[in-house]
Amino acid sequence: MAKGDPAGTARGRRATPRSARSGGKSPGTDLVQLLTPEGDRIDKVTWSDGTEYSVDFTDEEYRGLYRDLVLVRRLDAEATALQRQGELGIWASLLGQEAAQVGSGRALRPQDMAFPTYREHGVLYCRGIDPIMPLGLFRGVDLGGWDPNEFKFNMYTIVIGAQTLHATGYAMGVNMDGRTGTDDGEAVIAYFGDGASAQGDVNEAFIWSAVFNAPVVFFCQNNQYAISEPLERQTRIPLYQRAAGFGFPGVRVDGNDVLATYAVTRAALDNARHGQGPTLIEAYTYRMGAHTTTDDPTRYRIASEVEAWQAKDPIARVKAFLTRQGIADDAFLAEVEEQAKQEALRLRERVLEMPDPEPLTLFDNVFPNGSPEVDAQREFTARYLDSFEGSVH
Amino acid sequence: MATETLTLGKAINRGLRRALEHDPKVVIMGEDVGKLGGVFRITDGLQKDFGENRVIDTPLAESGIIGTAVGLSIRGYRPICEIQFDGFVYPAYDQIVSQVAKMHYRSQGKVRVPMVIRIPFGGGIGAVEHHSESPEAYFAHTAGLKVVACSSPQDAYTMIQQAVASDDPIVFLEPKRRYHEKGQVDLDAPLGDAYPLHAARVVRPGRDATLLAYGPMVRTAMEAASAAEEDGRDLEVIDLRTLSPLDLGPVYESVKRTGRCVVVHEAPGNLGLGSEIAARITEECFYSLEAPVLRVTGFDTPYPAARLEEDYLPNLDRVLDGVDRTFGW
Repeated sequence: MAKGDPAGTARGRRATPRSARSGGKSPGTDLVQLLTPEGDRIDKVTWSDGTEYSVDFTDEEYRGLYRDLVLVRRLDAEATALQRQGELGIWASLLGQEAAQVGSGRALRPQDMAFPTYREHGVLYCRGIDPIMPLGLFRGVDLGGWDPNEFKFNMYTIVIGAQTLHATGYAMGVNMDGRTGTDDGEAVIAYFGDGASAQGDVNEAFIWSAVFNAPVVFFCQNNQYAISEPLERQTRIPLYQRAAGFGFPGVRVDGNDVLATYAVTRAALDNARHGQGPTLIEAYTYRMGAHTTTDDPTRYRIASEVEAWQAKDPIARVKAFLTRQGIADDAFLAEVEEQAKQEALRLRERVLEMPDPEPLTLFDNVFPNGSPEVDAQREFTARYLDSFEGSVH
Repeated sequence: MATETLTLGKAINRGLRRALEHDPKVVIMGEDVGKLGGVFRITDGLQKDFGENRVIDTPLAESGIIGTAVGLSIRGYRPICEIQFDGFVYPAYDQIVSQVAKMHYRSQGKVRVPMVIRIPFGGGIGAVEHHSESPEAYFAHTAGLKVVACSSPQDAYTMIQQAVASDDPIVFLEPKRRYHEKGQVDLDAPLGDAYPLHAARVVRPGRDATLLAYGPMVRTAMEAASAAEEDGRDLEVIDLRTLSPLDLGPVYESVKRTGRCVVVHEAPGNLGLGSEIAARITEECFYSLEAPVLRVTGFDTPYPAARLEEDYLPNLDRVLDGVDRTFGW
């Protein structure tokens, strides 16, 4: 086990977190968990700083979360399949991280702004964005097609960690606009991974957000690997503990527990919107698939480790809980399956129909005010294309 | 007309003040820009008058300055970032070229980052290493960024305001060795009447050859033109002002008349602005040229120790030597 890491990060030897074994109220913990891998509810968890985390969902809300998880996983699987069939250039699968994304995504309020990496398809779904949108990026027909201002969900960011500074600056603007300190205040969330925690930009974002008390939640999905590099290559302490050194709270949540990620994120966002500044959330989870469709995880991790995490599956535990509690019956589960299947089918059809962009759009939107150089190249290219017989350009 | 004699540095200060007055969304951010007024005092007095939320002293991390300014821009602000010295911009390089430059394009026009990145650039002040560099080609090479360089107090005053008012992200280069040189500045002229931001300007008309320069080298080129006059050569001097996009219309016009062109810049010659300009002039003015376009530039070495910078930088003699070479062809 890695030194100083109570949850265990050594490959193939991950211990079950203490809180996973306890039922009922936990008197203090190093991992917030409200739903065990077996599907047992924990009413309330007290973090080591005394903060209590709990959720109180209606049956309908529980069913909604389950539906989100299943849909997000199914759409992701469809995208992976589309890549394998040559319809997408590459895909970054979220398999295994559904609970971290749906839990945090559903905790966002409409006025909150999110700054994602390139894997936040589940959060994107929660923001109400058409799931076809990221596929355009990975198919290569656009660079991301949604309006970040309309959906309060910024563009995907490929360069690791760069968006944490954007989120912090945006949050500074929220402060400057006087939009914190009330229940309807605004908060900002920045997504990144364990690998990004090593980046200078992420550390600078921590410093900036602390000294400017920016209303930003740093949501680190620790999925244990940065492509092939294990967590031990990024840190020798649990990532959430980094926050203390920057002067704000850090909390670790079971990233495969949608209830806990919801509770922890909601609390951190509420703290931010009420003027209490940043929080670092480490969502302890596992990327079940490859980093992207280009790598082969069997080269860098062992099967028993993957199997151990399969036992902590984020959807299976919700299903077990809902079934046992009588919140979901077979008809409901079948209906969700059917909906997921139909949405995936629709997604597939629409991807295949995605047209290639017109060549001259290459020159659009380089500058808001345009540029004579770009304009000249557009005109040159238009004439060139026109020179071909039968050209419609 | 309120015309005052101001140094170039003070003219930028007055321009920034007007920008802050004109638009409450304008904020200045950087290291030491507040109480100290910047290491060159360009932001002197602005925090005192506009407050800590408008003139923001930041932590010491350049990527953080630019990256948070991106977020502020998305939020609707218009940040003016100060990078203390040219050689310190590199830690922010990724944020500038990968993020600032591409936001508008990537979002298909839905996101704007109307930022100005002010960089005191170039040598000649006897500084230690990393304080005298000319990084303009890195940024001019990046689509999505506009790059301008001022050379006179009047231009400095208007160009900084134009840059702040523009929705394009702009790298604004200030010739630090000229900060203390004085000139007449019309402070009240409406910005709309000012010479366009992205336009080159003939600053000395002439018949026999064209000298191109920008930033700190404009004065050197003017001195060279005066000296060449004694040799009976009438040189035209053009201040490029805009490095990306280049405004080569006035340059082509000039070279077609003079048939000779020498480009002067402090940055290393290899793949510098002069290379691009020489290629473009060759394409456009080939049949008018009496000689190849020549370059007088810094050498392809790291910027040297201060006691060697007079040997490194193009000076009056090296520019005149370039002029001699173009006439000797």
